[in-house]
Amino acid sequence: MKLKREPNTADPDRLYAAIIEAHAGLSEQESAALDARLVLLLANHVGDATVVEEALAVARASLGRPLPGPPAGLT
Amino acid sequence: MSDIRHTTFAWRRSPDQGRPEPARHRVVIVGAGPVGLAAALALAARGHPSVVIDRRRTLSDGSRAICWSKRTLEIMDRLGVGQPLLDKGITWQRGKVFFDTRPIYEFDLLPETGHRMPAFVNLQQYYFEHFCIEAAARTGLVDLRWQEELEGLEIGNDGALLSIATPEGRYRIAAGWLIAADGARSTLRRLMGLGFQGRAFADQFLICDIKMKLDRPIERWFWFDPPFNRGRSALLHRQADDVWRLDFQVGADADRDEEVRPENVARRVRAMLGEEIEFSFEWISLYRFQSRRLDRFRHGRVLFAGDAAHQMSPFGARGGNSGVQDADNLAWKLDLVLRGLAPERLLDSYDAERIPAADENLLNTTRSTDFIAPKSPASRIFRDSVLALAETEPFARRLVNSGRLSVAACYDGSPLEGPDGFEAGECRPARPGAAALDGPAGTGWLLDRLGTGFAAVWFDREERLPQAAAAARRELAQGRLPVELTVVADGTTCARYGAERAPALYLFRPDGHIAARWRDFSLPALRAALARAAAQHEGEPP
Repeated sequence: MKLKREPNTADPDRLYAAIIEAHAGLSEQESAALDARLVLLLANHVGDATVVEEALAVARASLGRPLPGPPAGLT
Repeated sequence: MSDIRHTTFAWRRSPDQGRPEPARHRVVIVGAGPVGLAAALALAARGHPSVVIDRRRTLSDGSRAICWSKRTLEIMDRLGVGQPLLDKGITWQRGKVFFDTRPIYEFDLLPETGHRMPAFVNLQQYYFEHFCIEAAARTGLVDLRWQEELEGLEIGNDGALLSIATPEGRYRIAAGWLIAADGARSTLRRLMGLGFQGRAFADQFLICDIKMKLDRPIERWFWFDPPFNRGRSALLHRQADDVWRLDFQVGADADRDEEVRPENVARRVRAMLGEEIEFSFEWISLYRFQSRRLDRFRHGRVLFAGDAAHQMSPFGARGGNSGVQDADNLAWKLDLVLRGLAPERLLDSYDAERIPAADENLLNTTRSTDFIAPKSPASRIFRDSVLALAETEPFARRLVNSGRLSVAACYDGSPLEGPDGFEAGECRPARPGAAALDGPAGTGWLLDRLGTGFAAVWFDREERLPQAAAAARRELAQGRLPVELTVVADGTTCARYGAERAPALYLFRPDGHIAARWRDFSLPALRAALARAAAQHEGEPP
């Protein structure tokens, strides 16, 4: 399986809003803890470690701090 | 027995000291710890004498390695030490992990029956050494020289010349082969100027053994963030003689001298186990862990094993157990080379097999250490998130890492590996490269059938040896590399080897690892696999 990089959800705005709303009222530290739990839950749901690794590479590249290794998008 | 820790080994002047020319020994082992002693026993089991030198005069000063894995017990049983380790050790297979005071994860390491050895026994390293020394004396082949220290080394093409310091001056001996089992601070590594690459961990851990009467199930208990060691970890594990191992993470900045003061350690012990408990200290030590290994374990005629070759954090009990597997892997190969039955390049497979095994152990222990002692704020957030999720989410329990306990290495892709005649993916646990899986065999156990040489087993529920195999049996037993062929029909054992419905033939190496397997019997195929397992090229005499 490959990481889906094209739109993959019927209602992207709803998805985005749900993530933002989940952080409401949390301190910076609590937000980081929420994100970590979310990453762990979703990574387990995805299951395929290569897909998660690809997502990590894309996320790092988008930060301007790519992971060492082949550039995301070319793998 | 209760005072073996106070045993003192006398220095005895060897006749080698004072000879005009250095005496020549085929094998010299530096280090009489568990790994050096296991190597000496494994060589002695095949008739080879060895000289073992060690600068100490006593057994291991503290319990140090305590968890001996099933694979180690199986190896040591073949070397005559299995029963005393079982009898004296504390057998266990279950563990619990707590977050704060709440149990979040439990494991059972050996959920199935039909194995002679348990998943683990806990036994202080000094007992392990003691039983090995007794067994070594019984062989009459192990020349143990205490209070002798390696000082200098000259390496030649056919071995090495060793300068040894004794309480009464120095002498030299020549060694055809040298086994470096002299631990994390290996003198041989230093004398040879070999790099030891890896990383050090900043966190410090306080390890102490206490003697106390405590009525608790025999389980490994591990805490993350307990009330008695807030923000850090702790471990409680039982050993022989009512001795308990306690391990407290104390942080990178803890003051070493303060931490090890008995009154301070006692405060920690009481906070963990209750103000009212009565106990006495056996051993206190403060550790920092390192993950390092040599680039190569074989350097010509010098072979590194155990901590001298690779050092790792203790979470997972992989140090002592991997060292014993090193010794076992090395000994049968050296045996064949010494007897002229295999070329020296057979020993290159020691690197090819034990370096990946060391890397697997380093990877696992490093991951455990990173989980137990997170190195960055992000790593800490994820670790704490896993622990919090583990209380309700089954998937997160599998991520909780308080040490992935040592299992036998599988030598996938080894140059000695023979054909796998099974369907792709079929019966993976018994694939070529894997260590033999024990199981009932007649009135005894499969591993007892395998012995210290090559062995072939025909697994067959009908207990019918094919005619070709019956005809070849004597020839195999009397070959240059003898192979004992036996039949096993026990249901449990046949199932473990994928032979419930159709029979199967397995070739086992002298260390009990599987060399090859087939669905039918073919003498040429068996011979070819045997030659490959001894690193012989085609066309060379088997």
